[in-house]
Amino acid sequence: MRRRLARWVSRSFEPLIEWTIRLCGWSAIFFVFGILFFVFREAAPALTGGLNLKEFFTSQNWRPDSTIQPQFGILALMAGTASVTLLAMAIAVPGGLGAAIFVSEYCAPRTREGLKIVIEFLAAIPSVVWGFVGAMVLNPVIIKATGAPIGINILNGGIILALMSVPIIMSVGEDALRAVPDTYREAAVALGASRWQIVYKVLLPAAKNGLLAAVLLGVGRAVGETMAVLMATGHAVQIPHSLLDPVRTLTATIAAELGETVEGGLHYRVLFVIGSLLMIMTLAVNLTADLIVKGIRGRQDA
Amino acid sequence: MQPFRLRPITLLVCAVCLNAACSGGEKREAGSAPAPSSGVVIRITGSDTMVNLVQAWAENYKKKRPDISVQVAGGGSGVGIAGLIDGILDLAASSREMEPSEIERATQKHGGVKPKEYAVALDALSVYVHKDNPIDAIAMDDLAEIYGDKGKIDKWSQLGVKVPGCASDTIVRVGRQNSSGTYVYFREAVLGRQREYKLGSIDQSGSKDVVALVGRTPCAIGYSGMAYATPEVKTLELAKQKGQPPVAPSSQSALDKSYPLARALYLYSPGEPKPHVKEFLDWVLSPEGQKIVTDIGFVPLHGS
Repeated sequence: MRRRLARWVSRSFEPLIEWTIRLCGWSAIFFVFGILFFVFREAAPALTGGLNLKEFFTSQNWRPDSTIQPQFGILALMAGTASVTLLAMAIAVPGGLGAAIFVSEYCAPRTREGLKIVIEFLAAIPSVVWGFVGAMVLNPVIIKATGAPIGINILNGGIILALMSVPIIMSVGEDALRAVPDTYREAAVALGASRWQIVYKVLLPAAKNGLLAAVLLGVGRAVGETMAVLMATGHAVQIPHSLLDPVRTLTATIAAELGETVEGGLHYRVLFVIGSLLMIMTLAVNLTADLIVKGIRGRQDA
Repeated sequence: MQPFRLRPITLLVCAVCLNAACSGGEKREAGSAPAPSSGVVIRITGSDTMVNLVQAWAENYKKKRPDISVQVAGGGSGVGIAGLIDGILDLAASSREMEPSEIERATQKHGGVKPKEYAVALDALSVYVHKDNPIDAIAMDDLAEIYGDKGKIDKWSQLGVKVPGCASDTIVRVGRQNSSGTYVYFREAVLGRQREYKLGSIDQSGSKDVVALVGRTPCAIGYSGMAYATPEVKTLELAKQKGQPPVAPSSQSALDKSYPLARALYLYSPGEPKPHVKEFLDWVLSPEGQKIVTDIGFVPLHGS
């Protein structure tokens, strides 16, 4: 009886469910284009009137609501984003790839599972908590350790962002290493290679596309991160001269200022121009990573 | 085969449950705003300096008029004024006067009706340094050289002090982000209408955050409302000019304007306030409402 009911329900509802699921799949594409359209539409009027693009990219004066003369220069903000991202990658790439190599090649299976769970747990920590750690815990540590006048700066933001990117780099990197066929390893062992030689001479070249994709995904994460850098970098508009200078990033500027703008005003539009710029940057990075990953798959299939 | 056949059903059940949960939630949300107070809500958004004060008013007003709910949000005076112009608020809290251009925009948006200004309290905007900093007083000219564009002071030694724990001698300027009324007021009062801030200050989103950061940073100087003082920071006395006697921020010096950064705190209504909003404003200005101003740490309009 129960079986018959089940069969009846599944037969009459299956097409409906199939369509629902199909809709879910397509909706992702719809949302991406919807968001792109919305952001560009809000930004466009600034480009056609009011915003001096040369000043926008080359001036470091960001005074959007000045009553004397509003200035929209994002050079210092771009320098902020770039410096924090670069430092984060300088820490996270060796760290994340090292973890990936260790987990995939050196670890016993049980340790591997434990380590993966713990490292991936890092990815589950909300970014505002990371920001809190930066502002409250790292700030005094950095002042004590370096003698810097203030501890919320590039170094702080870079460390926090690195910790946030490591799980992504590690899990994508590990997948890439494990995708290298075991025959490669066996052949290398047969030639008398040591473990490190296998990693260095065989696996890294074989998996280099996947590892590059892992790094690019980490970069995408770092460029787009907002809340943590807002709290940890000091939110100061200036071109940094050392790792201990506070900076402000593009994302943090949008987060901090969008609420005060009047809808449709120039400041509002310019923040959307910055948003478009960020979207183009992260889309480009993700697309590159995607194409590279496709590249490996294509070759392996062949 | 059996488990596979069951799976779509499970999915369907999930979908139905989810759907029910969603629509149930929606109904509750839609009903919750008007239900407890038979629809009478006063929405106030704006100044972060005033958010504790307005919140205290809201809580005490609830005891008096349980049928009216006062909803308070911060974000900065700029956020409140933007909301006032967009017509989504009953009152905007602001720690600065509205700019003429803002008044014009609000008037345009609301069919020629000018926003109405109510001064509701006084504040002596205070300048804070770390508690170990030996400096006790500072002149307004020096403040302008520290915070102003092309200003010449960026070392503590230029002010004649050596700050323990601040080996680099750099003055770390802590300020507010530009949605803040305090940020705008401080610029106009200290730098004048024609001078910009020096870029590179650490811009905090809240009044409390400024004081907290100054308390953790020996090299820092910052500005925030007088009600936010903590034991971790020292409040400086201000002199109108170099050579003149410095004045400490207090209710007396705020009232007689001898303190250079004495300012009023405002509530703005988008036009003539509705009767229940007007009643709230009258209560805020009554002795009962003004007593709360003292309790929070600001100065009542007519002294305590």
